[in-house]
Amino acid sequence: MSNEAAIMEAPELQSEPRRIEDATAVQEPAAKRDEPMMMDEEQEGKGHTVGDITAADPVISVRNCNVHYDDTCALKNINLDIGRGEVIALIGPSGCGKSTFLRCLNRMNDTIDSARITGTFNLYGEDIYAAETDVVLLRARVGMVFQKPNPFPKSIYENVAYGPRIHGLATSRAEMDDIVYGSLERAGLLDELKSRMDDRGTSLSGGQQQRLCIARTIAVNPEVILMDEPCSSLDPIATAKIEDLIDELSRNYAIAIITHSMHQAARVSRRTAYFHLGRLIEVDATDKIFTNPGHRLTEDYVTGRFG
Amino acid sequence: MQISTLILLLAAVLIAVFWLGRDKAIRCAGGIGSVRKLHSLPGYYGYYTAIWCGIPGLILIGLWFMAGDVLILQQITSQLPEHLRQLPGPELSLVVNDIKNMAAGQFINPARIGELSDAAEQYTNLQDASRWILAWSMLAVVCLGFGWAWSRLSPGFRARNRVERVMKTGLILASTLAVFTSVGILFSVVIEAFRFFQKVPVADFLFGLNWSPQTAIRPDQVGSSGSFGAIPLLFGTLLISGIAMLVAVPLGLMIAIYLSEYASRKVRSWVKPLVEVLAGIPTVVYGYFAALTVAPLLRNFGESLGWSVASESALGAGLVMGVMIIPFVSSLSDDVIHAVPQSLRDGSYGLGATRSETVKRVVLPAALPGIVSAVLLAVSRAIGETMIVVMAAGLAANLTINPLEAVTTVTVQIVTLLVGDQEFDSTKTLAAFALGLVLFVVTLILNVIALRVVRRYREQYE
Ligand SMILES: Nc1ncnc2c1ncn2[C@@H]1O[C@H](COP(=O)(O)OP(=O)(O)OP(=O)(O)O)[C@@H](O)[C@H]1O
Ligand SMILES: [Mg+2]
Repeated sequence: MSNEAAIMEAPELQSEPRRIEDATAVQEPAAKRDEPMMMDEEQEGKGHTVGDITAADPVISVRNCNVHYDDTCALKNINLDIGRGEVIALIGPSGCGKSTFLRCLNRMNDTIDSARITGTFNLYGEDIYAAETDVVLLRARVGMVFQKPNPFPKSIYENVAYGPRIHGLATSRAEMDDIVYGSLERAGLLDELKSRMDDRGTSLSGGQQQRLCIARTIAVNPEVILMDEPCSSLDPIATAKIEDLIDELSRNYAIAIITHSMHQAARVSRRTAYFHLGRLIEVDATDKIFTNPGHRLTEDYVTGRFG
Repeated sequence: MQISTLILLLAAVLIAVFWLGRDKAIRCAGGIGSVRKLHSLPGYYGYYTAIWCGIPGLILIGLWFMAGDVLILQQITSQLPEHLRQLPGPELSLVVNDIKNMAAGQFINPARIGELSDAAEQYTNLQDASRWILAWSMLAVVCLGFGWAWSRLSPGFRARNRVERVMKTGLILASTLAVFTSVGILFSVVIEAFRFFQKVPVADFLFGLNWSPQTAIRPDQVGSSGSFGAIPLLFGTLLISGIAMLVAVPLGLMIAIYLSEYASRKVRSWVKPLVEVLAGIPTVVYGYFAALTVAPLLRNFGESLGWSVASESALGAGLVMGVMIIPFVSSLSDDVIHAVPQSLRDGSYGLGATRSETVKRVVLPAALPGIVSAVLLAVSRAIGETMIVVMAAGLAANLTINPLEAVTTVTVQIVTLLVGDQEFDSTKTLAAFALGLVLFVVTLILNVIALRVVRRYREQYE
């Protein structure tokens, strides 16, 4: 499906949720919550997503995404755009399919035999799952940072140089040095690690390791960065550093970040998507999701009534 | 009373005592409902009582086995007629054997029947008596142990801790037994090797280039002076093991990589056991496979190329040995590769690496220490292998690096040295122990290296 087609199709897909959003906008949020809730319950049955799933300038657009692991359905009919230069946070209770969704976007689910994926996934209008798509190139364009820092048991330099080497991005040692030092610089690691380039990546602290993994990802110059709970094993200081880094990176990359921390979602993202039991319940501006959610499930989650 | 009856009785007593102890503990606590007042579960009090009866009983039986017969025989020999008592050691022990045989009614030495019938009868009587003594003293010991344990049972008594301590001691004993066995083996080898080195200088043995262990049995025989240079044997061992590793390491590694990275779970669950079957085939079978199938093939093939291939060649033995060793490499490496965390693979795939790039650049380097130790273990297996070499590589101690010639190895020579009629302290037989020592040291070093590497590898991922 081409880019234009995706955009053209989008309005009819989200025409109904739009109306609801407008409706809630004119209502007094606190006083009259009940009415839109009622409407949402109806919507829930039909599997529609509340809010605005489109982005103005979509880098990735996903339509009718369904994922099954063997016989269990992990994702049902997900539609979502990720826009250029935006940070979108994916939140939701454990097991709701956030990681599954993210892994669809760079075909990491290909490594899982039991996973079956249907739907349209476009990256700048090109079909990610088309037969002629080169997974190698795709993953270079859509980078991924994992929940647990996973530096390779190699030197720090080699960790960052790994991606560029595979993709042949540097022709000389000097070019490689530029890429490696540049990536570490952008990940805010260069000053800390300048003198330790030959130490093993695994010898770093957890926070440093995670930033090393981010440096490793941006070394191949991706267009989108997917982050699966990048701070879940880090302390607040390391987390703050990574959040700064995300902020910094969002100027150049589209970033999708999964997080279990509402505060983190509120701090780093412009839009937030709420997943629940394999459905995308609501997508909207982060402020709105946290102050005035359009769906009761979202409200329950962000106010901590379950999770 | 027979000893087996005694042991069965003891077992029955122990079971009874267990229930008694358990029962007393429960009663002390005031019934089954209030066992929580006890320090330990009631069963532990039962075990405690049983241990106090059983261990002294078993020690007593052990002592009886070790010392009982010796004491009886001493008694009997001291009462033998004077001329028999004065016999030299070996002959005296023959007499003692006669007595035992007579007592058992198996074989009666006609020459000695008159002198020994008394002794034989006495032997039987004493044995009977000793069994009864054992039985009664067991009863006493068991009662004492039971009384002691019984008197200590009270709700606050820490039975669990004591039972645990006994368990621990038992386990420690088991492991020291294994250690003592290897120390014992080493010790016997070292002593004999030392005797060998008194006859042949160490340097001649370790650096000599000529191996022909034939020594003269009679002084007037020709070609009498054997020469004991171990280099040809070590070289032969090295050559054959080298060929075997050339076969086993690449194939084993490729199998391991296929199994752990490419094969689906179903294929893996079939192929892995099938490969491991190779390790279960008796080496004799490999031996005649090598001698009867592989060697002629090689010779025909060599002849068609105009090479002369000995009918027993290092190549044939090495190839077949390599096949035998494949599962050692593949199974261990597969486990090691499997233990590389999935997150590392994900990281690599996530950066756009292909499967083979991921294997080459991430998985194998991460698993390398484990693979190295798998290979080293396989090497020590290859060095120790005997049967295939005996059957397929020959006995000629050639010093050659040509794999098409016949060679021999350390283990094969040990076998040939010890097979046949030889005095047990001739230089030739003693040489076997020196070779054994060399083998022991080499494999020990390899194993130590392997273990160290494995340990370093473990630290990395924990
Ligand atoms: N490899 C797999 N094989 C089978 N089922 C899977 C697999 N991975 C995930 N699932 C199932 O898919 C569903 C969604 O899992 P997913 O990992 O996407 O959840 P999540 O939202 O990321 O949860 P969390 O916040 O705990 O990471 C779960 O029910 C899970 O059991
Ligand atoms: Mg997850």
